[in-house]
Parts: sequence; C-alpha cells; structure tokens
Amino acid sequence: MARNEHEAYETFIKGIWRDNPVFVQVLGMCPMLAVTNSAINAVAMGGATLFVLVGSSFLVASFKQWIPKQVRISGFIIIIATFVTVADYTLLALVPKVHKELGAFIPLIVANCMILGRQEAFASRNTVRLAVMDALGTSGGFMVALFSLGAIREILGNGSLFGVDLFGEHFEPWVIMILPPGGFLTLGLILLFFNWVTQQKDKFIEQVAEAERVASDG
Amino acid sequence: MKQKDPDLLLLHAPLLHQGMTTPSAMRDVLYALMPVTVAALWFFGLGALLVLGACIAGAVLTEWFFSISEKRGESLLDASAILTGLLLGLTLPPGLPIWMAFLGGVVAIGLGKVIWGGLGHNLFNPALLGRAFLLATFPIPMTTWTSLRGSESFFHVSASNLALPFMQTKVDIVSSASPLGLMKFEQEVTPLTNLMFGNTLGSLGETSGVLLLLGGIYLWIRRDLDWRIPVSILLTVVMFSGGLTLVDAVRFPSPLFSIFSGGLLLGAIYMATDPVTSPLTPRGTWIFGIGVGVLVVLIRVFGGLPEGVMYAILLMNAATPLIDRYTQPRIFGR
Amino acid sequence: MSPDKPPEAPAVSSTRLVLTLALAGLVSGVAIIGIYEVTLPTITANKARELREAVFKVVPGVTQMQKLVYKNGELVPTTVTEKDEQPVYGGYDADGSFIGYAIPGAGPGFQDIIGLLYGYKPDQKVVTGMEILENRETPGLGDKIYKDAEFVANFKALSVEPEIIPVKKGKKSLPNEVDVITGATISSKAVVRIINETHTTWSTRLPQPGSEPLMTKPEQAADETK
Repeated sequence: MARNEHEAYETFIKGIWRDNPVFVQVLGMCPMLAVTNSAINAVAMGGATLFVLVGSSFLVASFKQWIPKQVRISGFIIIIATFVTVADYTLLALVPKVHKELGAFIPLIVANCMILGRQEAFASRNTVRLAVMDALGTSGGFMVALFSLGAIREILGNGSLFGVDLFGEHFEPWVIMILPPGGFLTLGLILLFFNWVTQQKDKFIEQVAEAERVASDG
Repeated sequence: MKQKDPDLLLLHAPLLHQGMTTPSAMRDVLYALMPVTVAALWFFGLGALLVLGACIAGAVLTEWFFSISEKRGESLLDASAILTGLLLGLTLPPGLPIWMAFLGGVVAIGLGKVIWGGLGHNLFNPALLGRAFLLATFPIPMTTWTSLRGSESFFHVSASNLALPFMQTKVDIVSSASPLGLMKFEQEVTPLTNLMFGNTLGSLGETSGVLLLLGGIYLWIRRDLDWRIPVSILLTVVMFSGGLTLVDAVRFPSPLFSIFSGGLLLGAIYMATDPVTSPLTPRGTWIFGIGVGVLVVLIRVFGGLPEGVMYAILLMNAATPLIDRYTQPRIFGR
Repeated sequence: MSPDKPPEAPAVSSTRLVLTLALAGLVSGVAIIGIYEVTLPTITANKARELREAVFKVVPGVTQMQKLVYKNGELVPTTVTEKDEQPVYGGYDADGSFIGYAIPGAGPGFQDIIGLLYGYKPDQKVVTGMEILENRETPGLGDKIYKDAEFVANFKALSVEPEIIPVKKGKKSLPNEVDVITGATISSKAVVRIINETHTTWSTRLPQPGSEPLMTKPEQAADETK
C-alpha cells in the first residue's frame, strides 16, 4: 500500500514539474499563447482543461477493458468532446465575460494534443487511481504554466493582477505583452529559464557524481 | 565587410591584407554618424544626449553581461554594441523617457543579437529590432514628437525624458505630428528645406537629410558601405512615389518629400546596409534594395502607419537568406 | 505496470465496434443535451441583459425595448431570432411611447471588425449615444474608442445629416463633427464611418417620425433579470 501511495504521488509530481506539459514537453501551445493575456483568462482556461482531462482520464481508465483497441481513439475523442461541451456551456452560463474572451479556444480543448496524449499513453493502460493522479498532475502543470505566463503578461501589459491595479495610475503599460508577440516572447524567455535551470541541475549532479567517484577511487 | 566587386575575387596567392577589420569598419560608421548626432544635440538639447546615452548604456551593458557568462570578452572591443545603441537612439523620439531607451538597448542586443549567437549570426538588424519592440510596447511615447529646442537653453531637459522607470510621463508635453503624420492624416506638406536641414519634428537622427547623406558619402569613400543598397532603395522610392504623384499629387507626396521625410535616409544608409543582415551578392543587394523601397512606399501610402522604413527593412532582413540562396553565382563549369 | 507496446488487439467483430461507438455517442449526446437544457435559460438571460443594458445606455430615458426587423418594406416587432436578420431595437419609456432606436452596425477597424450599437432619435435626426460591442483594436491606442470618455461623449448629441465628419481633436464646432482621438485616428474614423454607413442603410427603412411601431406588450423586465 505504501508503495502505491508513493507511486501515485510520483505520478502527480511528474506532471507538475519534471514532465511539465508546457515547459518540458512543449504541448498545448495554442491555448498557451492565445488566452494568457490576463491571469483570470489563464486560470479559467487551466480550470476548463483540468476538468476535461481529469474527467476523461477517469472515464477512459474505468472503461478501458470495454473499449476495443480498434476504435479507442474515436472513443477517447467522444469522451473528451463531451466534457469540453459541458465545460463550454458551464463557462458561458456562469462567467459570460471570460467565455467571450476565451472564445473559440474552449471548444478547441478537444484538439489539445496533451489531453488525447494522456489518454493514449497513460489512462488507457493504468488503474483509475493512477490515471486520475496523472491527469491532476498534468493539468496542474498546465495550469501552473498558464498562470505564470498570464500573470507576467498581465502585470507588465496592464499593471494589474486579476484585475487589481498594482502600480497606481501612472504605470506605463507594456502594450506588446497583451498582444500575441508578447505571448511568444514571454514563453520563449520562460523556456530559456527552464532549460537553463535543468542544465545547471544536470551539471551539479554530474559534479557530485564525479566527486564521489574520485573520492571512492582515492 | 564587402569588397568592391565580389565577382572579381578570383585571386591566388600571394594575398595582401587590406587592413580592414570589423572594429575599424564599426569605427568608421561611428565617425560617419557624428555629424548627425551633433545635429540631434543641437536641435533637441541635452535630452537627446540622455536618450542616446541610455540606449548605448543598455546595449553595452547587455553585451558585457552576456560576454562574461559566455566567456567571450573580446566581443565588447569591436564597438558593435556602441554602434547598435547609437543607431537605435537615433531612431527614437527626443522626448522618450530614458528608461525606455535603456530597455530598447537591452532588447536590441539581447533579443536582436546575443540570442542568435552573437555578431554575424543575427537575422534582423538589432537596432531596428529594438525599435520595433519599443514601438509595439510603448506606442504612445514612441509616436509623441516633442518640439524643437528653439530658444530654450541647451541644458533644458524635457520632463518626459526623466519619467521614473515603469511610469508614464506625468506632464503633458508639447507635441505635434511628424511631417509624415501631417502628410498622411492632414494632407499638409512640410517645406523641403526644413526636411533637408533638420528643422522638423521627428526622431533624433532623422531630421537632417543632408548630414545623413554626407555620412553616407564618407562611408562609400571608405568602402565600408555597399552603395547598391541605398541607391536601389532611394531609386525605387523615387520611381514608385513619383508614379503615384503623377496619379494624384494631393494624396501622394512628391518623390523628394518621400526621400527626405521620416527615417528613410537613416534606414537606407545605415541600417539596410548592415553587412550581417543584407545579401552578399551584387544581384541580391539590388533585389533587397528594391524590396525595401517598394515596401516603404506601400506602407506609407496604403498602410495604417505613417512610417514604414523600419518594417520594410526588417521584412527584407527576413528574406535575405532566401535572396542569398537564389542569387549565388554558379560555380564555373557546372 | 504499463507495457511499452500494447498487446496485439484481439479480433473483435465489427458489430461490436459499431455498437460500442454508438453507445458512447448516445451517452455523450444525452449528457450534452442535459447540460444544454440546464444552462440555456441562464445563457439567454445573460445575453438579453447585456443587450438591454447596451440599448438603455445609448438611448437615454428608455426603460423598455423591443426587437424590430425590416420585413416587406416595413418595420415590424418580433421576438424570434432568424438567420441573417438585421434587427434594430426600439426604445420606449415606461408609458410605452417611443423614444428612439438602437441600431447595431459593424465595419472594419484598424485590426478587425468593430461592432457597435448607437442610439438614434429619428425626429431630431441625432445620435444619442454609442457603445462598442466588439473590437480588437490595439490596447492603449485604438481601444480608446470606448475607453476614452471624451471621445464617447462626442456621440451624445451628434447630428447625422449631413453625414458625420471626423475633425482633429479640439476643432469640433458643428453638431455633425467628431473630435478624433490623437494617436488613434484610424480607429476613431472607422467608428464614424460605420455609423455613417449604417445610417445610410437604415434612413430609408425607418418609418416617418411619429409612426414608429408601438410597444407590443409590456415587457417582463423583472422576470428576465432575476
């Protein structure tokens, strides 16, 4: 049982950091660049994706033995599309303003390769528990990425976070940040930072291994 | 640097060193820009110096920062960062807050050069990239043209220059439209002599056409400049806008106005000729120049913006590798 | 746990494949219809409220409205939504007497289509207000067409005949002139052009002042906004 706990935890953490869908796998770029011009839009998108991914991973893992291999992709898509439609109508009813800003990108969650990829690569081959943990981790990682991009772009581009003014009325907004080029720029810089951190970590591990080897040789 | 005629480079040993190096060429360009810089100071006062200084400081500090982490100390010595900073500064409006000018310098070197792998590897002209970033980021300050110094003291600095970092200018500065803006939105033509000698509003370095031309001639004499590029750009602009003037002289400005207004001369002589981002073959440079010229007129006349030199050059920069590829001279016998 | 390669798929009859997908489709369809039925009232109410607020804003003094469409040469009240319809909205005061129209218009702006709604009083031939519904204008510049209160105020009592003329900021002197926004000339001129064009289209369709369609039924405003 303890081993299971550990495995579930590992699966969750993997999606958030080591296999982060955006910063490491570079998946789901379309919503990533399109809707992160404010923190609230980014979080709404992340929430919708989380709902769709967790819901479909749960169903796919539960029904995996009844879905014949030959039609599994169509089956996954039907499941995903259902959840997306539910999310779409719910957002439209509850937060029409946010829904208007997200526009076509809510229906487009269907086409987010990250979601289908998790069904095919993980949920259809693992227990329900692990599949849900994996979905939570992956969409959590996606949410973290969306939020960091959205927060940076809103703070610089509008001087606010979640619509709350941060710098007073004399702040000079960086207009480019809420336009599409700002999305590309910020994402590029974040990826640069992520790769740099990974590189430094690898270097450090290498140095430690080297030191240990020298020590044991000596 | 470009040779006078690369077609004739069928040489064999012994080869003679010409004495031309990257640093010496960069220095030549700096000398050529001196008259324009002095004129900018004369017309706009100390504020101009602050803007130019902030750009250069941003560019040089960024270059220095990355040359430490890359352990390539020598890249500072070729003066290319200073040149990028100065060129960027000359394209900025005189009343720009200096923190924005500094940021522009950082972006020009950081995103325009270092990220591509340093001098010689960049696709776009770094100074123009920095300007494009600033124009997209701060559209209002970047299109607010403060009036000339006039009778004000030289040491008078516009309050907008001194805005705190990340803050707007609190005071309303006296501003007006540039000659191109006047032409586009009000159909008002600025007298040509003003355009030629610099008594007009505009970016720091684009007011005085004659001084820009003088610098260009100096560079041409020193063989630091491929004459085909400015000549083809200017000829294309003259022919295209001349044709349009024949159609409707009120809506479309005269060819001379087109040449001496805005940043065309600055761009054609100092930016489009950047050896890194322009084609290598003579045929390629003609294509490049004609492309820039056509785009400039198209953007100015039919586009939403009054000025199009920057985008025209950046677009043709992007096309340069392709032009080089299709204009490569064939190896003899194949 | 998870093998690298899934085991060879066992042979399954095509009937089963079809049945599985049909069943999945059926369940999915039921779920979608369910959520649609549940959310539809809220969504319709939201949309109606948004429209009402915009109409009340552009035609001051209006407390109830109805949708009007141009059909067979006259303007008739309607409540149904049709494809490609071009509605206007009639605004009435509490007694049901006519005050003005709210007319939607759209046209190209600096970046994308600008959609707007303007109020129009046919007896005085004036625009009484303007509200931008959709736009993608540059933040900080073009978006002043709805963020700049001074510019929006231009449209509070604006004569449309002869047509509206955009002038440089501060030079407005005639009732049919609009001060454009410095730095956003194109966007502000686009707004003026859209109103001019829409007005030309509608001026022939609207009935004579005084013979506007009557308010058909007292609106249950309270019910909708609940």
